[in-house]
Amino acid sequence: MIEISLGHYLSLGAIIFFLGVMGIFLNRKNVIVILMSIELILLAVNINLISFSIFSGDIVGQIFTMLTLTVAAAEAAIGLAIIVIYYRNKGSIRVEDIHGMKG
Amino acid sequence: MLIHSIFFYFFSIIAIFSSLMVITSRNTVNSVFFLILDFISVGCLFIMVGAEFLGMIILIVYVGAVAVLFLFVVMMLNVAEQKQSWFIGKKSTHIPTGLIVSVLIFLELLVVVGGWKYKDNLMSSSSLIFSKISNTHQLGLVMYTDYILYFQLAGIILLLSMIGAILLTFRERPGVKRQSYIKQISRDPKTSVELKNVQSYEGVKVDD
Repeated sequence: MIEISLGHYLSLGAIIFFLGVMGIFLNRKNVIVILMSIELILLAVNINLISFSIFSGDIVGQIFTMLTLTVAAAEAAIGLAIIVIYYRNKGSIRVEDIHGMKG
Repeated sequence: MLIHSIFFYFFSIIAIFSSLMVITSRNTVNSVFFLILDFISVGCLFIMVGAEFLGMIILIVYVGAVAVLFLFVVMMLNVAEQKQSWFIGKKSTHIPTGLIVSVLIFLELLVVVGGWKYKDNLMSSSSLIFSKISNTHQLGLVMYTDYILYFQLAGIILLLSMIGAILLTFRERPGVKRQSYIKQISRDPKTSVELKNVQSYEGVKVDD
């Protein structure tokens, strides 16, 4: 309990991942919150990569964390641009109102 | 070691609480603020565990760029008033499915974490991490040599996302006067400058 091991960090990553997935499924109002949940999931992946990298003494995990970070930033930029043009065209980004593809 | 564990529990409780608040907060602006708090506490965890460079990068990239981008979009689109409410209002059929799927994922992750057998020499084999040079130096030594291709691919991904975001949000508005660089550059002295021979007591008429 006192000794912080790899399992503690992996549990923290699992909990944050779970909260992110729950945010995607449960949120039915706002698309921006879904993007934020995706950011949470990527953060949990980063926690896993970095804790494995530190506890096994291999620096490559941190390099892959940087690549994940790059992809997360690119995804946020593109997603927010899509949300902006959707709002400009349709006037709403509520999840209930987005049914153009009848999904 | 006691201080280390106290700080670990402190930052991880803040991280879990703020990520819970991100997905349950009724106001989107509050969600963004809790997202920033989450990133900061996870960045402190990274610094604490020994990955200082990535902790600082988390602070710079996530808090400084991504969260501020979210904040800009939330404030631009006026969605702060759209309260997000799960439990009141129209009954949604997605909530039971979502709960089942996310709880299953969580249980699977717990099974993986709980049933994991660590290698005996996992903790002691850290030759690179605890060596003399700093974390940033180690990252640079590996990243610019063995992983240079991935590094450049990351740069191309960033360039593509920048071009894509600009292309998506760009729109031509009629009636707005804007600078035309082509016209400015391609002006010719012969057509744009005219020499007038000014007569005494007569002056020059400019607008003809």
